[in-house]
Amino acid sequence: MLYREAGQFKTTYAEDMAIFPIRQDRIALAILLGIAFIGVPLLADFDIWPFGSDYLLRAILLPFLILALAAIGVNILVGYCGQITLGSGAFMAIGAYSAYKFGTGVHIPLAWLGFAISIPPLPVPTSILLGGLMAAIAGILFGIPSLRIKGLYLAVATLAAQFFFDWVFLRVPWFTNYAPSGSVNAPALNFFGLHVGTPIERYLLCLIFVTVFAVLAKNLVRGNLGRQWMAIRDMDIAAELIGIRPLYAKLTAFAVSSFIIGVAGALWAFVYLGSWEPLAFSIDRSLQLLFMVIIGGLGSIMGSFVGAAFILILPIMLNLIPTQLGVPLSTETITHLEFIIFGSLICYLLIKEPHGFARLISIGKEKLRLWPFPY
Amino acid sequence: MRMPDTGEILLQVEGVSLAFGGVKALRNVSFDIRKGEIRAIIGPNGAGKTSMLNVINGFYHPNHGAITFKGRTRAEMQPFEAARGGIARTFQNVALFKGMSALDNIMAGRTLKMRRGLLWQMLRYGPALAEEIEHRHRVEEIIDFLEIDAIRKVPVARLPYGLQKRVELGRALAMEPDLLLLDEPMAGMNLEEKEDMSRFIIDVNLHYGTTIALIEHDMAVVMDLSHRVVVLDHGVKIADGTPDEVKKNQGVIDAYLGVAH
Repeated sequence: MLYREAGQFKTTYAEDMAIFPIRQDRIALAILLGIAFIGVPLLADFDIWPFGSDYLLRAILLPFLILALAAIGVNILVGYCGQITLGSGAFMAIGAYSAYKFGTGVHIPLAWLGFAISIPPLPVPTSILLGGLMAAIAGILFGIPSLRIKGLYLAVATLAAQFFFDWVFLRVPWFTNYAPSGSVNAPALNFFGLHVGTPIERYLLCLIFVTVFAVLAKNLVRGNLGRQWMAIRDMDIAAELIGIRPLYAKLTAFAVSSFIIGVAGALWAFVYLGSWEPLAFSIDRSLQLLFMVIIGGLGSIMGSFVGAAFILILPIMLNLIPTQLGVPLSTETITHLEFIIFGSLICYLLIKEPHGFARLISIGKEKLRLWPFPY
Repeated sequence: MRMPDTGEILLQVEGVSLAFGGVKALRNVSFDIRKGEIRAIIGPNGAGKTSMLNVINGFYHPNHGAITFKGRTRAEMQPFEAARGGIARTFQNVALFKGMSALDNIMAGRTLKMRRGLLWQMLRYGPALAEEIEHRHRVEEIIDFLEIDAIRKVPVARLPYGLQKRVELGRALAMEPDLLLLDEPMAGMNLEEKEDMSRFIIDVNLHYGTTIALIEHDMAVVMDLSHRVVVLDHGVKIADGTPDEVKKNQGVIDAYLGVAH
């Protein structure tokens, strides 16, 4: 009865085209944002459960936010434009290492030309955005094959990107500033004179990034460019015949998607990990992101958040529940159980609802609008 | 029956031949389409009608021959160039964007008219929002015209076939084309749906002044709607003229009914 839009009349197209045209959705979103921006910091400040320790912030909320951001990027490419990618881990790595290089100063000795390119260390926010930009450029380059190949074959091409960049960041010492161990440390996180150090500060920083990028991404996908991407996804021939250029549509999708993934990668490295090695962005990361998008809902920004939450929190829950129930299980058994339950849950979900949680939620909303009547 | 307009020639097809390997889909076909008319292309199955439309909007490139559209002659072009030139098209098998709502499908037809770039769209503020709203107004006019107001937010995959055809026509109209190519707009429709679609086609022609070339198998519809008819058989043009002339043409009767050889 609460979720009903009767009586909410829209008198302009602008109102009709709002992100959340239904008032109840807007209220729910406002409450959610209120909790995220004000509630969580307050609770953490007063050490109120569950924020008594940093565990929830540092091990759950921080990775959730950053991976949700990366999932939005993947969703733009896979869900909206229909181009399958297995290389998102590599684009996170490009974002991370480019941001690292810009943050610590770029020096390219071009001895054979008789000069060198030197850029002094840039501030962290600029480095992170430049990391995204580098990822976008790499995304465009690796998106070019998509003009010729589709589906599984494109997936293989992006897989090549994954392995290529894994190799580059492991073997080319220039990217790690010649660190002997291959592991690098992020520069101090100074944002416009403010030092971001404590978990709650890191959380708020990521929250701001994620909120801004989610809004920008949502604006894009419901605008003209988003319609072009979806048209290419649904029927590329018809799209071309109404004047959409596949080159422009696909490459902008690759660029925007890689930019967001790159920024997420830079945040992952700088804010979450602090110090990292190429293994942090392996093929496992790519697959994890792809699962998030598929389970959360292809072609849904909200689905990216739900998918990220599911993939991250489920293993933790699976770990906690047997302990809470007092069932003593060895660590090994738990790990195996985790794989089994996780795998079967994903299979079950995909069979029951191939469009993911986002579709389940929208079906639920439609039902709620009529509740308690069947139709 | 209205008399054919004697307007200037909008599109001229000259000696177009198209072969797929050994199969000759079109053989030296020439005809013209005049501004403001409804031109039908008919013929038995496999006559090359759809191939002809595909050549006109650049989807197939002819082996020989040339096409003059709005005074510009060319042998081949890319589909999006045809779209930019003002040629819109619907398909025999509905080719809508299945994951999008009817409204978004028609809005997609406005792509070429929208100017704001990526950064503006990302902000969706000021000029970008104004542009979106302006085009929404134009699209709502089309939705109103096609009487699909009630289904504008419905994903097209959920719509019945007749309505999908209507949305597809809407998407083509959103491009404000000079030449509208309709590939079997009434295939698989019942009488009532056919009447609706015929009304829309005539209204488009009269109201927007759009030149229409259509392929259709329902002879009653073709003869009533069109000003002039081209008849193809096995890739060859066998007749060209007003519906009355074509109806009496012995070659056409033979092609449709078959003759003893």
